[in-house]
Amino acid sequence: MRFTLNGKVVNVRAHPMKRLLDVLREDCHLTGTKEGCGEGECGACTVLVNGAAVTSCLVPVGQVRGARVTTIEGLKRHRALQEAFVSEGGAQCGICTPGMIMTASTLGPSPSLDEIRSALAGNLCRCTGYGGIYRAVQRAGKKKHGGRL
Amino acid sequence: MRTPLSPLRLFEPRSLRDALRLLADEGPLVPLAGCTDVYVSLNAGAPPGTRFLNLWALDELRRIEVRGSTLMIGALATYTQLARSKPVQARLPMLAAAAREIGGIQIQNRGTIGGNIGTGSPAGDSLPVLAAAAAVVVLQNARGRRQVPFNRFYTGYRASVRRPDELIVAVEVPAVDGRQWFRKVGTRAAQAISKVVMAGVRADRPRVALGSVAPTVIRATRTEAVLAETGDVAEARRALMTEIAPIDDLRSTAAYRRRVAGNLLERFWADTGIADRRSPIAD
Ligand SMILES: Cc1cc2nc3c(=O)[nH]c(=O)nc-3n(C[C@H](O)[C@H](O)[C@H](O)COP(=O)(O)OP(=O)(O)OC[C@H]3O[C@@H](n4cnc5c(N)ncnc54)[C@H](O)[C@@H]3O)c2cc1C
Ligand code: FES
Ligand code: FES
Repeated sequence: MRFTLNGKVVNVRAHPMKRLLDVLREDCHLTGTKEGCGEGECGACTVLVNGAAVTSCLVPVGQVRGARVTTIEGLKRHRALQEAFVSEGGAQCGICTPGMIMTASTLGPSPSLDEIRSALAGNLCRCTGYGGIYRAVQRAGKKKHGGRL
Repeated sequence: MRTPLSPLRLFEPRSLRDALRLLADEGPLVPLAGCTDVYVSLNAGAPPGTRFLNLWALDELRRIEVRGSTLMIGALATYTQLARSKPVQARLPMLAAAAREIGGIQIQNRGTIGGNIGTGSPAGDSLPVLAAAAAVVVLQNARGRRQVPFNRFYTGYRASVRRPDELIVAVEVPAVDGRQWFRKVGTRAAQAISKVVMAGVRADRPRVALGSVAPTVIRATRTEAVLAETGDVAEARRALMTEIAPIDDLRSTAAYRRRVAGNLLERFWADTGIADRRSPIAD
């Protein structure tokens, strides 16, 4: 199964119905992507497929053949976002953080609070109460990193 | 994942023709579109079958286009596509509104209209829209196509007229005259399954369709008749109570659903009544 992972072409041998989440963690040894609920509700396993946020616990790896997959490990252009999560208290236990950052990275520049809330509606956090997360995304959005978040 | 992979087999056709041939020769197969329903079952250890058919590569089923006065929506069109589509926004704004309220963006990026129809949950949010729009489901097998009016597609709870060798390839939506309205009531805006969902069209012959109030999505034809003949929404509300049969479940109670359904009907009528008021789904 060939696809592009964080900019490099990879070829994995896996059952085509194996979850992308498990292929990333077990076959590609990228453990930044987390499993929360395993049913599409929490967003902890969010990665980008061809630039769009998807929950990797609901994606059979056979459906990313030939696609571009980006995980938290490959999110090089979004340092401002990652730093803002640290400085604004956007992360506590951290299990939701990679998914939050992946989803937030798909927002346009200078998103409004409303846009941030609705974009992150599919990412749950049990620790922060969301305030720190929204502040972090807003702050990074204002800094405009390469025109995007 | 609580389902072991080794007994599962995935067929991966490159074209619709191949897919239909596989269904004929190798069936029954469980079609896979965006997997936002099927993988929830697999993750829970309750696979809907052992042999699957991957439709995701069939770009020919993703198109949204206008032919004459008909809006053609390919079965693989995702909610993100539907919400952004200019022809959908212009002709069927209630579908764009429904698409924006389904799941979160991760689900909208993967979930398809064909999958919503295929699952056939009474709570499927696109279904009242298709019912109110008098849409037609296009089914195809290796021998040909047939068109089934959406309002005759379901035969019972999660049961439909689709035969095992057929795929849903598209929905066709004729021009809808009148003002369209959509409203979903759930525990919160995103990621929540509807407690009651309603789509309406305000025209000389109004149309009203609801989800989560019966074993399948329904067109409330008696309610529609009262509205058309008298325009008396209180009487229409009484008619509606005679044609819905909601149940108690873990998301809500039958009594609450009845009340919400009645309130939604009144809201629909009030929102769409004043000629110069903007349609509530247009913002
Ligand atoms: C977190 C979460 C939130 C959700 N929120 C909502 C919501 O708010 N509203 C809502 O309505 N739904 C919701 N859903 C359910 C789901 O996203 C939708 O039903 C979606 O439309 C399913 O589409 P899919 O492409 O992912 O279907 P799949 O899971 O791929 O398939 C679903 C069913 O349809 C069949 N099928 C798919 N395509 C075809 C075809 N072309 N021909 C024949 N059969 C086909 C499959 O075999 C399967 O039985 C949610 C799901 C999750 C996980
Ligand atoms: S683990 Fe995938 S959404 Fe929760
Ligand atoms: S920081 Fe713990 S779940 Fe969000």
